[in-house]
Amino acid sequence: MTSTSQGQPLVSMRDIVKTFGENVVLDGVDLDVHTGEVVVLIGPSGAGKSTLLRCINGLEKITSGTIEVDGQRLSYQEAEINRIRSRIGMVFQAFNLFPHMTVAENIMMAQRDVLGRSAQESRQRAEELLDRVGLGEKADVYPDSLSGGQQQRVAIARALALDPAVMLFDEPTSALDPELVGEVLHVMRELADAGMTMIVVTHEMRFARRAADRVVLMADKQIVEEGTPEEVLDNPTSERGQAFLRQLSEE
Amino acid sequence: MSFFDSFIEYAPLFLEATLVTLRLTAVALAIAMVLGGVIAWMAMSRFRPLRWLATAYIGVIRGTPLIAQIFVLYFGISEIAKMPAFWAGALALAAHNSAYIAEIFRSGFQAVPKGLVEASRSLGMSRRKTLRRIQAPLALRTTLPVLGNQFIIAVKDSSLVSFIGMTELFQTSRNLQAQNYEPLQMYLMVSVYYLVIVLILTFVVNRLEFSLSKHRRPVEQGATTGSNGGGTPLTSAANRKSEGRP
Repeated sequence: MTSTSQGQPLVSMRDIVKTFGENVVLDGVDLDVHTGEVVVLIGPSGAGKSTLLRCINGLEKITSGTIEVDGQRLSYQEAEINRIRSRIGMVFQAFNLFPHMTVAENIMMAQRDVLGRSAQESRQRAEELLDRVGLGEKADVYPDSLSGGQQQRVAIARALALDPAVMLFDEPTSALDPELVGEVLHVMRELADAGMTMIVVTHEMRFARRAADRVVLMADKQIVEEGTPEEVLDNPTSERGQAFLRQLSEE
Repeated sequence: MSFFDSFIEYAPLFLEATLVTLRLTAVALAIAMVLGGVIAWMAMSRFRPLRWLATAYIGVIRGTPLIAQIFVLYFGISEIAKMPAFWAGALALAAHNSAYIAEIFRSGFQAVPKGLVEASRSLGMSRRKTLRRIQAPLALRTTLPVLGNQFIIAVKDSSLVSFIGMTELFQTSRNLQAQNYEPLQMYLMVSVYYLVIVLILTFVVNRLEFSLSKHRRPVEQGATTGSNGGGTPLTSAANRKSEGRP
């Protein structure tokens, strides 16, 4: 899928600072993600996890620092950013399916408009992906008639349709009823097992343990801890990390 | 002569005038939609001077009577060049409606959830394509009822063009009552024509609204009704059981 050479990170963020007016949201963050790696971002709300994720595909403009995706420096120039974005799939907390399009049309739109695939080819790809997320029979219904879990799986299929080099997940299960979380995590785990490069912001610690190659703990606008799930979740060394995990276990 | 007898007698005259009214309104609304789109775009622009210009235009047009606008345009333009009453009237109606339509468009665009625009942009869709595929269709769907309402107002407002001598529907009734001294009958009669036009227009807009809201209707058995707004998770036991698990 990608042509990134071994050792060179697929996503490389250096000294990222992001401010909203006076408000500092990210204060000097470095993050490298390699091809095939599954990185889970955890941390208390307000730590800047979602903002960091949104900086990777330019939904938020960084104030200073550098971002490289697939060896290319992120630029906000319209044609450039569109090309880079088509290589980065994103899944949102609120699903954000286009309500006026059927499930298949949702998945076909960017294939046709961005990649220039034919109607037939993009339809075929949409059906493949729907089968993969277990929604093969839902191609021609509208998103409103689906459950939240189904909608999120369609959103994953939509992002995968462009054959992205990396997938970003922004709290993909936070808006779901508890009984629907499993089906989405299942699809994500399969994706991780298939070798997809993923950066996931989530509160699902079971997912972090089972699927993550690396857990990154953010607090106070910075990365405070980083390592394997066992290292970060079981033996945190930083004070902020310990405090966050203590809080979690109390819930 | 009874109302019905004179209705039949004057029908050819009124029907001909109906065509004039329809043509006048259609031309005016076509221009108003384009102009309104431009004004709405200016009102949402990042450049402050464009926003000011749009605000000033909307303020002036909404703040002055249509009849004054028609007279100003008609007499103002005929100072410079001879302009047919039809075009003076159509342009005045277009200018007037464009201000309202601009506001309708703006509200429609602002009602499109930001997350949908972000989702489209995150797929690599350009600003322009996002506008065409996501924002415009969704804005149209939310604004259609209000837009229909504005069209209805425009049909009736076109009667004011009679004051610059256009022989459209309303002028026809004015002319006739001056000849036959039956103002009550003539004004009732012309009202019937307006009513029928508006009823047909309402029907068309409703049909359009229905065909554009497929996504809000439940599509299959066992699916939840589309009563809650787009994007919210719908959960029903029946729905979950009927689906194949991944």
